Amino acid sequence: MKTTTRLLGFLAPYRWWIALAVFFGVLTVATNTGLLATAAYLISAAALHPLLIELTAAIYLVRIFGISRAFVRYAERIVSHDVTFRLLGNLRAQLYTRLEPLAPARLAAYRSGDLLARMIRDIDDLQNLFQQVAGPVLIAVTSAVVMVVAFSLFSPLLAVVGLAFLVVTGAGVPLLARSLGREAGRRELVVRAELNAQLIDGVQGVQDLLALGRAGDQRQRIATLSTELSGLQRRMASITGLEQALSDLGTSLALWTILLLAIPLVGDGTIRGVYLATLGLIMLGSFEAVRPLGRAFQFLGRTLSAGERVFEIVDAEPEIVDPATPRTAPVRASLSFDDVSFAYGPDETLVLDHVSLELPPGKHLAVVGPSGAGKSTIANLIVRFWDPTSGTIRLGEHDLRDFAQEDLRAHVGLVSQNTRLFTNTLRANLRLAKLDATDDELHAALHRAQLGDLLARLPEGLDTWIGEQGLRFSGGERQRLAIARLLLKDAPLIILDEPTANLDPLTERDLLATLLDLFHGRSLLLITHRLVRLEQLDEILVLDHGRIIERGTHRALTQSDGLYQRMLEVQDEVFAVG
Amino acid sequence: MGSFQNSMNKRLRRELAPFRTFLVATIAFGSLATVATILQWALFARIVDRVFLKQQTLAQVGTLLAALLLAILARVALIWLRSLVAQETALRAKADLRDRFFQQLMRLGPSYLRDQRTGELVSTATDGIERLDPYFARYLPQTIMSVLTPLLIVACIFPIDWISGAIMLGTAPVIPILMIVVGSFSEKQMKRQWLALSRMSAYFLDVLQGLPTLKLLGRSRGEAERVAKVSDEYRVRTMKVLRYAFLSGLALEFMTMAAIALIAVMLGVRLLSDNISFVSAFFVLLLVPEFYRPLRDLGADRHAAMEGKSAAERIFAILDEPLPVRLPEHPARLSAGSVAIELSSVCFRYPEAEQPAVADVSLRLEPGTRTALVGASGSGKSTIVNLLLRFLDPSEGHISANGIPLSELSLDLWREQVALVPQRPYLFYGNVLDNIRLARPDATDDEVRRAAELAGAAEFIATLSDGYATQLGEQGARLSQGQSQRLALARAFLKDAPFVVLDEPTSSLDPESEERIRLSLDQLSLGRTVLVVAHRLKTVYTADRIAVLDHGRLVEYGSHDELLARGGHYAALAGAYSLAAAD
Repeated sequence: MKTTTRLLGFLAPYRWWIALAVFFGVLTVATNTGLLATAAYLISAAALHPLLIELTAAIYLVRIFGISRAFVRYAERIVSHDVTFRLLGNLRAQLYTRLEPLAPARLAAYRSGDLLARMIRDIDDLQNLFQQVAGPVLIAVTSAVVMVVAFSLFSPLLAVVGLAFLVVTGAGVPLLARSLGREAGRRELVVRAELNAQLIDGVQGVQDLLALGRAGDQRQRIATLSTELSGLQRRMASITGLEQALSDLGTSLALWTILLLAIPLVGDGTIRGVYLATLGLIMLGSFEAVRPLGRAFQFLGRTLSAGERVFEIVDAEPEIVDPATPRTAPVRASLSFDDVSFAYGPDETLVLDHVSLELPPGKHLAVVGPSGAGKSTIANLIVRFWDPTSGTIRLGEHDLRDFAQEDLRAHVGLVSQNTRLFTNTLRANLRLAKLDATDDELHAALHRAQLGDLLARLPEGLDTWIGEQGLRFSGGERQRLAIARLLLKDAPLIILDEPTANLDPLTERDLLATLLDLFHGRSLLLITHRLVRLEQLDEILVLDHGRIIERGTHRALTQSDGLYQRMLEVQDEVFAVG
Repeated sequence: MGSFQNSMNKRLRRELAPFRTFLVATIAFGSLATVATILQWALFARIVDRVFLKQQTLAQVGTLLAALLLAILARVALIWLRSLVAQETALRAKADLRDRFFQQLMRLGPSYLRDQRTGELVSTATDGIERLDPYFARYLPQTIMSVLTPLLIVACIFPIDWISGAIMLGTAPVIPILMIVVGSFSEKQMKRQWLALSRMSAYFLDVLQGLPTLKLLGRSRGEAERVAKVSDEYRVRTMKVLRYAFLSGLALEFMTMAAIALIAVMLGVRLLSDNISFVSAFFVLLLVPEFYRPLRDLGADRHAAMEGKSAAERIFAILDEPLPVRLPEHPARLSAGSVAIELSSVCFRYPEAEQPAVADVSLRLEPGTRTALVGASGSGKSTIVNLLLRFLDPSEGHISANGIPLSELSLDLWREQVALVPQRPYLFYGNVLDNIRLARPDATDDEVRRAAELAGAAEFIATLSDGYATQLGEQGARLSQGQSQRLALARAFLKDAPFVVLDEPTSSLDPESEERIRLSLDQLSLGRTVLVVAHRLKTVYTADRIAVLDHGRLVEYGSHDELLARGGHYAALAGAYSLAAAD
C-alpha cells in the first residue's frame, strides 16, 4: 500500500494533464457508445414511421459521433503520451539524484553489473503508471458512472444490474485471472533466469564446452528449460485466453440480462419500446471502458514490484556522508593509514588487514602484490568511496571523514581500471577534469600522456565521438586517455592504479618514466602488479592477502630475497613480448 | 495484402510450416466463432423486433432468449479455443527456434562468438524470440481472419441488404491500403523514435555506470540537471514524431466510424420509406462493427508484429551465418593410442583481414614430445590453437592426425582426443566437482579428486568454503587466474587425451601458482603429444622443440640451445627479458 501511495505521488505534479487525458478517454468511449446507441434509436424510431423532421436530431447526432470519435481518440493518445514522457523524465531525474550519494559503496552489495540496467528497466516500467494503470482505471470508473446515470433515467434496476456486470467483468475477472496465474507467473521468472544463466554459460564458455565435448549436454540442459518455459507459458496463455473469454462472456451476459429484465418493463410501459435497442447498445458500449482493466491489473503488478525494487535501493542511507561542519582539506599534507582494516561486508574476508603506511608530501610510493582486490581498495579508501572498517586514514592531522567529499576528491587525481569514458566527444570527456580547459591545454595533456599520434590520426580531432557508441579504444589507449584527464586535473595527490596494465613493455617503460618525471614533487601512490621502474620510487610496500609483508626501497627488497624478489624473478622470466 | 508479402513474412511463415495443423485449427475455430457471432446478433435483433414492434411478452420470446444464451456461450467457448490453439502454434515455433538458435551458436564456435556481445546474443535468444510470439499467435492468423471474417459477414448481409453490403465491401479494401500507406510513413517515424529512445537510455545507463568517475571529477551533482534536460528534449522530439505517427490510427478510426455512421443513417432513411424491415436493419447495424473489427485488430497487432520482425532479422542473420568448419560426409575415426600431428603448408586468413593470420606453416608434432610455440602477440599462435581444435578450418593446406586429415574426422571424436587448457578457463554454474567432471561425465568422485591432486589444485580447493562442493560461476566463488588454470589442468588430467594443447597465461605474479602449474604440466606431458603456447622461459627451456612464429610464419624451429646459438628471432625474444632486468 505504501508503495502504491508513493508511486501515485509521482503523478501528482501532472494532475491537470491527467484530468484532460481522462476527459478525452471518457469522451472516446462516449462517442463510440453514442454512435451505436443513437443509431439504434434512429432505426427504432424510423420503424415507427414518423416524419423525417423528427429524426433529424438523431441523424445529426449519429454523424457527429461518427466523425468526432477518431479525433477525440487522437487527442487522448497525444495527451496521455505527453504525460507519460514527462513522468519518465521526472522519474529518471529523481533516480539519478537519489543514486548519486549512494554510488559506489551502497551499490556494491549487488554483485551483478546488470543492477543498473535492471533499474533502468524498472524505471521504464514505472512510466506506465498513468497510461496503463491509473488512466484506464479512472476512465473505467467515470464511464461506469455515466452509464449508471444514463440507465437510471429509464430504470434504476437496470442501472444497478448493469453496474454489477461492469464491476464483475472489469474487476472480478482480472483478479481471478491474476490469482490463477500467480504461481505460474512466479515460476516463469525463475525459469527464465535459469535459462538466461545457462545461455550465458553456453556463449561465454563455448570454447571450453566444445573442447570438452559438452556442447550437446548444454544444449540438452537448455532444451529442458525451454520445454518447462513453454509449459508455463502455455498455462499462462490459457489463463489470459480464459480472462478474455470471460470478459467477453460478461459483456454478452450483461446484454442478455438487461434484455431479460427490460422486456417486462417494456410490456408494462415503464420503458418505451423504442428505447429497447438503445439500452442494449449503451450497455454494450460501456464495456469498452472496462476492457483495458485486465491489462491494467497486470501492469499494476509489474509497476508495484518495479517500484518496490527501486525504492529498496534508493531508500538506503548513503554510507559515505559529509560531516556537518567540514574542514578544508589541506593542499600539501602527508597521507597516512593508521592500522587500517577493510572488508566489503560484515561476513566477508578482510581485504586489508591492519595496514599502515605513510605518504609524505612530494614522495613517490608503490604498493605491489599479486593480482587481487587488496591493492585497489587502498585507492578506493583514499577517495572515500568506502570508509575503513577499522583504523583511520588521515590527510595531514585530520581524519578523511572530517572533510567534505567533493573537497577531498578535488585534491586527488585517480586513474584506475574502472575509469570510464562517456559517450560524448573527446573534448567533452577531457573537459570533465577541467571545465574551462582550452584546446591547447587539451592537446598538451594528450601529448604528455603519449597519445599525440593517436590524436593526429583522428580526422575530427577533439570533436571525435568516443565511448560505447563511438570510437572504440584499446585498453592501453583508454588508460592513457584517463591519464591525460588526470594531467588536466592538476591535483596534488596522484594515485595510479595499474596504469600500464594493457601496454606492451616498451610503451610501459616510456610512459612510467614520463609519469614519474611529470609528477616529480607531487605525492604519488603507484599501485601495480608490474614491477617496472620501481627503483625510482621512494618506498615499495608489498601487499599479500591484505597484509604488508615487506617494505623498503627496490634495492633493499631485492637484497632481502623475499616475496618481492621472487615476484621479480617470475616476471622477468616471461617473454618480454607475447 | 499483396505488398505484405515480403521475404521476412515468407521466412516467418516457413517457420510455422511444421505446425500448420494448429494454424488451420485456429482459422477453423475463428470462423466458427464468427458464425456464432452472426447467429447471436440475428437472435438479438429478432427478440428486440418482437418485443418492440410486435409487443410480445417475455414468455413468447422465451425460446429465442434461450437460443441467444446458447449462442453466446458457444461463441465465447470458440473464442477461447481459438486463442489456445493460436498460442500453441507460437509456443512450439518458439521452442523450436530456441533450440536451433543455440545449436547454431555452438556450431559457430568461439571464433565467431568472441566478436559478439554476450548480452546481446542472450537477449536475442530469449527476448528476441519471445517478441515473435505476437507475430505467430496473433498477427499471422489475424491476417487470414481479417479477410475471412468480413467475407462471412458480408455474405450474410448481402441477401438481406445489398446496399449496406456494397458500402461495406467498398470501404473494406480502403482500410488496409490506408494502413499500408499511412502506416509505413508512421512506421518510419516510430523507428526514429525507438532510436532516440535507445540513445537516451544508453546515455542514462552511461551516466549511472560512470557515477564513480563523475564523483572523482567532481561533476556528479551537476549532471542531474543534464539528465532532466535530456529527458525533456526527448519528450519534445518524440511528441513531434508521434503527432504524425498517430495519424495512421486517426485515419483508420475515422474511416471505420464514418462508414458505420453512413450505413446507420441510410438504414434509418430507408426504414422510413419501408424499403427495409426493422429486424433486417437492426441486424445489419449490429454486424457492421463486427465487420470492421478484424481489420482494426490487425492494425493494433501490426505494431507488435513489426517488433517481432525486426527481432527476427537478427535471429535469422545468425541462423544463416556460414559455419567456420565443414563437416565430413563420412567421418573417419582415429585409432586409440598416441597421436602425431602434422601441419602442412597451413594458411589462414580472417574474413576482413588484409594479411593472413597464419601463412604457410608446416610443423610436425611427434607423440611423446613437448613443442613450445612462441612469438609476439598477433603472430598467429591463437589461430593455430583454433585450427588444431577445429574451431576454424585452414584457408589453404591441411592438418592431419596420424596421417588422416582433420577435415575427414568426426568433429566430436577428434575433440575427444584433444585436451585444451586455455589461458582463461571458463567456470560453469555448478560446484568444483561438476566443473572438473565436465571432462569426463562418467568419472567417479575419486577419479575427479585424483585429477585435481595431479593438477596441483587439491590444495586450494581445500581452502574454499565448501571444498569440492563450493559453487562456482557468476554468483559463486571467484577463483584467481592461477587457480582457474589449475582447475583446467585437472580437467585435462581427467580427460586423459593423447594430445594436449596448453595456452599459458601471462604472468599474474603469483609465484606459487606458477611453480605448481609447471610441475603439473611436466606430469601431464608424460607420454602425450603436447603443444604449449608459451610465455615463460622455463616452460620453453624444457620443451623438446621450439617453434617460433613471426607475423604468421614459422621462422625458426629447433631446441633451445640450437636456436640460441643461431642468434635469430628466438635469441632476441629470450634476450629481451634480460634487457628489462638489466635496467
